[in-house]
Amino acid sequence: MGDCFMATPRILYCHCAHAQVVPREVKAAVLQKLCDSNASFEAVGDLCEMSARRDPALKQLADSGAIKIAACYPRAVKWLFAATGAPLPKEGCEVINMRVQSADEASGRLLATDVAPNLPQGKETAN
Amino acid sequence: MAIKDQTALKVVLDEGADARPLESSERFALVNALLDKGYAVARAVNGDAAKAAGPDVLLLGRFSEIRAGAHQIDAFDVDRICDAVEQARSSAQGLKHGEWKPWFPVIDYDRCTNCMQCLSFCLFGVYGVDEQQRIQVQNNDNCKTNCPACSRVCPEAAIMFPKYKAGPINGDVVSDADLQREKMKVDISALLGGDVYSMLRERSERAKSRFSKERDSDKALKERQKCLVKLAQAGDIPPEVLMSLPAPDEIQRRAEEAKAKAQAALASQPV
Repeated sequence: MGDCFMATPRILYCHCAHAQVVPREVKAAVLQKLCDSNASFEAVGDLCEMSARRDPALKQLADSGAIKIAACYPRAVKWLFAATGAPLPKEGCEVINMRVQSADEASGRLLATDVAPNLPQGKETAN
Repeated sequence: MAIKDQTALKVVLDEGADARPLESSERFALVNALLDKGYAVARAVNGDAAKAAGPDVLLLGRFSEIRAGAHQIDAFDVDRICDAVEQARSSAQGLKHGEWKPWFPVIDYDRCTNCMQCLSFCLFGVYGVDEQQRIQVQNNDNCKTNCPACSRVCPEAAIMFPKYKAGPINGDVVSDADLQREKMKVDISALLGGDVYSMLRERSERAKSRFSKERDSDKALKERQKCLVKLAQAGDIPPEVLMSLPAPDEIQRRAEEAKAKAQAALASQPV
C-alpha cells in the first residue's frame, strides 16, 4: 500500500438525485451524520450523471489517494469511474452501498478512518 | 448539446479559517437542498476551499471579509441561497440538472467478451467501438430511459444500469443462476422470432392486415397495446419505448446498420 493511502481517506457521497433506488431515509441519515461530523467531504447530486458527462472532477477524486464512496453497488461504481478514464485505486477505495446497508452501518463505515477495499478484482461470479 | 459536452457548476461550502461554520442543522438543510437539485457540493474545512477554486466553482460561506465572486451567507434562508446558486449557474451557462435522467448502460469490462451482441441489438446508436475495436458506450443520452433491453442480450451479464431495480443489472454481484437466467432470456428472444425487433415488425404487419379487414380502430388499438405488453414483458422494455419506435421500415434499416457495425468490428478483431 502506497503512502498516499496512509492519509485520511477522502469522502464522497452520492445523492442519487434522479432515481428512487436508494432508500430516502438511508440517504438522509448518512448525509446528516456527515454534516454533524467535522470532516471535509464531497457530495454529488448524481454520480451516474457525472459519469455520463465525463466530469473531470471524477478523475481528481480517483487520483487523490484513498477514498470512501457512499453510493450503490461497488461493481457499478467501479465501472462508472472507469468509463470516464478515471479508474479508482484498487487498494485504496471502499464503496459503501446505501442500497443494501443500513444507515448506521453505512455512516459508520463512511466516517471510519480505516479503508476496507472492496472493489471487485476481475471477473467474479457468486455461486 | 450532448450531455458529455456540458459542464456543471460546483458549490463549495467554505467553513475554513476565514469563515464561521454553519450549525449542523443548517449545513444539512443547505447541502440536502442543493443535492436534490442535482448540484455537487463540497464542504471544505482547513483551507481545502482554496484547492477547489476555479471558473466552475461557486464559494459559499459566512466569511469574515467580503470576497469577490463568493456568496456571503448572512441570514440563513435555504431558498434564497439556492436561488443565488441557480443564478450563478445560469450566468456560467452550466448544466441545468434534472432535464435528463442519467439512464445509460455501464460496461463491466471484467466480464465483457467483446461479442458485439449489444452493438448489434441497439437501434439507437448508444454503442460504438474504440480504435482497438473494443465495445464502448458512445452516446449515453441516446439511451431510452428505463429500458434495460441490451443488458438482457448480454450473455455475460456485463451490462449494468445502476438505477435498475434488481440485480445483476443494477451492479449487484453476478451469480451462476443469473447467468443461466440471462441465457434463457436470449433463447426466449430467439424463439419469439430472432429478436424483439423482427417480432415487432411481424406484429406490425399483422396489425396492418387487421386494420384493412376490420376498420375498427378501437379494436386495432387494443390489439396493438396487447402486443406491446407481451413484448415489454419478454424484454422488460417499457411500453413507452416500444410505442416510440420508428416505422417498421426504419426499424429494419437501423437494425441492419447496427448489425453491419457489429460484424465490421468483429471482423477487425485480432484472432
